[in-house]
Amino acid sequence: MHLRLPTLFLATPLLMAAVACAPVDDSSSTASDSAGGSSPSADACTPDSMQTLTPGTLTIGTDSPAYDPWFRNNDPSNGKGFESAVAYAVADQLGFARDQVTWVKVPFNSSYKPGDKNFDFDINQISITPARAKVVDFSDGYYAASQAVIALDDSPAASATSLDDLKGLRLGAQTGTTSLSAIRDVIQPDTEPLVFPNTNAAKQALMNDQVDAILADLPTAFYIVAVEIPKASIIGQFQAESGEQEEFGMLFAKGSPLVPCVNQALQALKDDGTLDQLEQRWLSDTVDVPVLQ
Amino acid sequence: MTDLWQPSARELERQETRRSMSRRSLLIATVAVVVFFGAVILAVVSSPGWPNVRNTFFSVEHAKASFPEIWKGFWRYNVIIFLIAEPLILVLALAVALARQARAPWLTPIRIIAVVYTDLFRGIPTLLLVMLFAFGMPALQLRGVPNSGLFWSIVALVLSYGAYVAEVFRSGIESIHPSQVTSAEALGLSRGQTMRHVVVPQAVRRVVPPLLNDFVSLQKDTALVFVVGVLDGVWAAQDYGNYNFNYTPMVVVAAFFVVLTIPLARLTDWLQRRMAERERAGAR
Repeated sequence: MHLRLPTLFLATPLLMAAVACAPVDDSSSTASDSAGGSSPSADACTPDSMQTLTPGTLTIGTDSPAYDPWFRNNDPSNGKGFESAVAYAVADQLGFARDQVTWVKVPFNSSYKPGDKNFDFDINQISITPARAKVVDFSDGYYAASQAVIALDDSPAASATSLDDLKGLRLGAQTGTTSLSAIRDVIQPDTEPLVFPNTNAAKQALMNDQVDAILADLPTAFYIVAVEIPKASIIGQFQAESGEQEEFGMLFAKGSPLVPCVNQALQALKDDGTLDQLEQRWLSDTVDVPVLQ
Repeated sequence: MTDLWQPSARELERQETRRSMSRRSLLIATVAVVVFFGAVILAVVSSPGWPNVRNTFFSVEHAKASFPEIWKGFWRYNVIIFLIAEPLILVLALAVALARQARAPWLTPIRIIAVVYTDLFRGIPTLLLVMLFAFGMPALQLRGVPNSGLFWSIVALVLSYGAYVAEVFRSGIESIHPSQVTSAEALGLSRGQTMRHVVVPQAVRRVVPPLLNDFVSLQKDTALVFVVGVLDGVWAAQDYGNYNFNYTPMVVVAAFFVVLTIPLARLTDWLQRRMAERERAGAR
């Protein structure tokens, strides 16, 4: 008896603490829920009226490191690189000045965690898929990437001219990418593909001859062969899914009221040709890469 | 004779009191357990974010969909890597522990290597070792050296855990009372024979529980092969999650590891009991 009663007393505060934390969460989340429910009209898309994370500031997330040619020098806030430029163009369209934009580091695999996000939107070469759209909201696509096959010049993959030629090779790509599902669904190689945590690991394995070829989206592939691994080249490109291209979209919390505003801004950038200009400026020309069938 | 004994009225009263006290304890314990865990579960389930958490971490549909890949990766990599690495680790670690215990002056270089090895490899994070070996060794492009990432990951795991387990063995060896060594010497055993027949057998028995600890830890660290793109159970779970934006597969793979660990713990308990019985040779 001596031992048991103190244990009960000890348990009581724990218990109260456990129960007490629920109502706190409750009030904060209902507040944001009711705020999120109202749909914004066209004229609601101004820095003052938009319900951003920090009022008057647009908080944008991306992974670290931020890879070329999507960003430059691993610094998203310099406005250089395609995605950085698109993010600032969207911000500008919505009326945010450059100093009203802040960047946060969002590892890809935490961008979809439940609960509150620490960004207004995340721009990180994220493909829009129906499975993902159940969990988060996406903007309209801002870029449609085709898939590129990269191999060292002296590798058996370098002579491949069709997707069938790749079947017998050791292939690899980054986890969660369209490139990897393209290997699994389109190429269907004889040996299982290697699944890399990031592009750096994929590049290292390619240089070590631990894979015959790696797949990435075409702009990333261009940067890899032009700057990072000069001994490698792009063997060819193909569309991951027949007919319809998969597009990159900005990722929002489910039900974010900002999605219509950003879509409006993107549409305006498409209409006036800004998006095309940015693409031509930051992403290399893709016409001279052979298409693999 | 004992049948004739009749408990006195006072003894019966004592027995009744004891029974009622134990009934009361049982009642209080039951109520406490039900109330405490009930409140915790209620607090979790009634929290505003629970439906979201349930869909993200405990979705039956995603658990089913991710199961085949996790199952495949778990048996093909986690279990196999563990089975290959563990015997190598035990051999390496015992050798290192014995090297540290060597007293002969001409063995000093060996002793230095053993000390530096344990200090260095226990100090470096295992993830870093796996990266260094799995990407670094093939990058040297040495002739005759395999460049399989899986091979070098296993080497890194063996070297990392070898250092930990060597220290476990050493503590076991040092825990054997000096009188055992003196007695062995008195019987005319050489130092090598003393180690082989007297010290090590006793030491190994003593360190079985901490060894199990390292076994379990190794089981989980087999997941570090993800660094080189090998799709083991844990990485398969993450990969699925990265496509479908759901963490349920992580819970599934966690269950795999737990299920594997529990039989191992029971096996060690049994081994230890058997060893203890043999050591006591029937004595209580």
